[in-house]
Amino acid sequence: MDYKIIPSVCSYCGTGCGVLFQVMDGKLTDTLPMKTHPVNEGKLCIKGWNLHEHVVSDKRLTTPLIKKNGEFQDATWDEAIQTAAEKLKGIVSAHGPDSVGVLASAKITNEENYLTQKFARAVIGTNNVDHCARL
Amino acid sequence: MTNSIEEIEDAACIFITGSNTSACHPLIARRVFRAKEKGAKLVVADPRNIQLSRFADVAVTQRVGSDVAMLNGMMHIIVKNDWHDKSYMEARCEGVEEFLAALDAYTPEKVEPITGIAPADLEKMAELYATNSPASILYAMGITQHTTGVDNVKSICNLAMLCGNVGVKSGGVNPLRGQNNVQGACDMGGLPNVFPAYQPVTVEANTEKFSQAWGKELPNKIGLTITDMVQAMIDGKLKALYVIGENPMLSDPDQNHLDKALDKLELLICQDIYLTETAARSDIVLAAVSVAEKDGTFTNTERRCMKVNKAIEPLGDTLADWEIISRLSTAMGYEMKYDGPEDIFKEVTTAAPSYAGMSYERMGLDGLQWPCPNPEHPGTQFLHKEQFTRGKGLFHAIEYLDPAEMPDAEYPYFLTTGRMFAHYHTGTMTRVSPHLDAEQKDGYVEIHPEDAETLAVKDGDTVKLSTRRGEIQVSARVSNKVKPGLLFVPFHFAESPANVLTNAAADPTAKIPEYKVCAVKIEKAA
Repeated sequence: MDYKIIPSVCSYCGTGCGVLFQVMDGKLTDTLPMKTHPVNEGKLCIKGWNLHEHVVSDKRLTTPLIKKNGEFQDATWDEAIQTAAEKLKGIVSAHGPDSVGVLASAKITNEENYLTQKFARAVIGTNNVDHCARL
Repeated sequence: MTNSIEEIEDAACIFITGSNTSACHPLIARRVFRAKEKGAKLVVADPRNIQLSRFADVAVTQRVGSDVAMLNGMMHIIVKNDWHDKSYMEARCEGVEEFLAALDAYTPEKVEPITGIAPADLEKMAELYATNSPASILYAMGITQHTTGVDNVKSICNLAMLCGNVGVKSGGVNPLRGQNNVQGACDMGGLPNVFPAYQPVTVEANTEKFSQAWGKELPNKIGLTITDMVQAMIDGKLKALYVIGENPMLSDPDQNHLDKALDKLELLICQDIYLTETAARSDIVLAAVSVAEKDGTFTNTERRCMKVNKAIEPLGDTLADWEIISRLSTAMGYEMKYDGPEDIFKEVTTAAPSYAGMSYERMGLDGLQWPCPNPEHPGTQFLHKEQFTRGKGLFHAIEYLDPAEMPDAEYPYFLTTGRMFAHYHTGTMTRVSPHLDAEQKDGYVEIHPEDAETLAVKDGDTVKLSTRRGEIQVSARVSNKVKPGLLFVPFHFAESPANVLTNAAADPTAKIPEYKVCAVKIEKAA
C-alpha cells in the first residue's frame, strides 16, 4: 500500500485554505485541512472538505476534442494543438491580432496566467486578454 | 485586501457589507466570530438577512444598489459628531475639502427614503465604526457588481480614510476575492490594460521592457474587457475566442445576448476540465488537468502566494494548462520552452516587481504576501503602512446614482443574485461533487412571505421570473431572508440560469455588470 499526503491549496474561493490531499495507491481519496496553515488553522468549509470530489468526477474530460460536422470527436494532442494553431493563425492574418480575444482564468495557476497573457500579447499580438474578475 | 485574514480577529469593529461571508468565505467568517468573542463590535449591511446579521450589534437591510447613499450617510453623521480622525486626514490624505462638502446633503432623513435604513440605525452604524479602532471593512461582489461599483468602492475607501483605518493593523479595506486565484490572475496581467504587476500597457517604457524580454513587438493599445468582447463579437470585430477555465455561458450577464455573440464567432476554443455549457459550444476543446494534477502557485485574497503540488498523475489524456499554452504557442511559431512551473515562476519574478523576492523554496507551506521585492524581504502583511502607495490617500466626492434598472409597473420587483453555501460559481465543480450536490440540487428563488401571499405562491411552487432580457422557471422558496419587494436567485444552476435575467449594464470604468440589481416580474407558472 502506497500512502501519500500532499500539501496544496483549496481551489474554490479566494480565502486560500491550506489542504492536504490523501493519495492511496495513486488515487486521490480525501481532503484534509492543514493544521499549521496561517489561513485556516486546521479548519475547512463544506466545499474544502469535499475538494477531491470535483477532481475524481466521471464528468472530467479525458481527451482533447475537435468538433466535426457538429459532433465532438476525440483527438490527439498533436491534432488539437495543430488545428487550434492553424485556425488562430488564419484569423490573425485575415483580420488582424485584435480580432482574437483570450480569457485567462481565476482557476488556473499564476504561472499559467502569466503564460496566457504572454500568449495573447506576444504570440497573437493583442491586449484583448481578460478574465472573470468582474463576474 | 489591504490587510490580512488573521488580523480580522483583532479588529475592534468589523463592518461587513455586500459579503455573505459565512456562506461564501466561511474561513474568513471564522475570524469574524473570533473577533466577536474578543469583544469586537459587528456591523452588517446587506440587502438580505444573511446569517451574520444575527450576530451583529447593528444589522440593516439596505435597498439593493443604495450603497453610496448609505455610506455617505454614515460619513455625514461621523463628521457631524466630530468622530473623524482629523490628524490622519491632515497628514496622510488629500482632496478633503471637496469630499466633506459633498457629504453635507446626506442627512439621515435624506438617506432613509433611498436606502430604507432608519436614521437611528444609521447613527448606530456610524458610531460603532467610527468610535471603535481599529475598524476593518469587509466587502465582496455585493459592493462591486453595480453600475456604480467604482463609486461604491471609493465610498468605502473614503469611510476607511475618514476614520484613519487604512495602513493600520486589523483595519483596512478588505475585498474578499471570490475565486481561488482571481488575485493571481490580475497580478499576472490577465487584464487588457496592464502587464504583470499592474504595469500599464500604455506606458512606453513598460511596452519596451516587455518587448525586449519577450523578443516581440508588443501592442500598446488597451485591449477589450470581457464585457466589451461580447459586443465586439456581435459587431463582427472579434472572430476568435480562446477561453481558459471559465464558463461565460453561465457567468456572463444576459445569456441570450451572449448566445447570439458566440454564434457569430468563427472560432471558439475552450480549455477546461469539464465539458461546460461554454465548452459544449466550442470548435476545439483542450482537456486540462485539475488542481491536484499539477504544480504551481495561487495567490489568495490577502496577496499570499502559495504553492500547490501535484498529488496524482493527470487523468486520461489531459495536460496541465501551462503545457497546453506552451505547445500552442510553439505551434504558432513562438517557442515557449519551460522545464516546468518553477521555471515559469522564475520568469514571473523578473516580470512582476511585487513578486521579485519570491521563490518556491521560500514559499514553504505558508506562502509569501506581496509586495515581496527582494529575497530578504519577509513579505507584506498590510499595505499603505507609512504612506499610501500613491503617496497621499485621495478622497473622492461621490454622489448617489440609481441603478440602471429600477422596478416599474411591468417589472415591479428588485432581483439580486449570488451564491449559496454549498455551491460555487457556475456549479461546474460543486454540482459534480456528490456531497455538495446533495445539499442543493436545483435552483430556486427566495421570496418574502408577504409577497408570496399576495401572489398566492406557496413554498415549492414553480414560478416564472421575467426581465427585459428573458425568462426562467424556478421553484419558490418562501423566506424571511429577503425583504418584501426583493427576490434572490443563486446563479449556480444551468437549468434555471440567473444570467438569462441579469442586466449587462456595466460600471463605466470597471466594466463590471450590474448582477446585483435589476427589475423583475414574478408570476405563478401556468
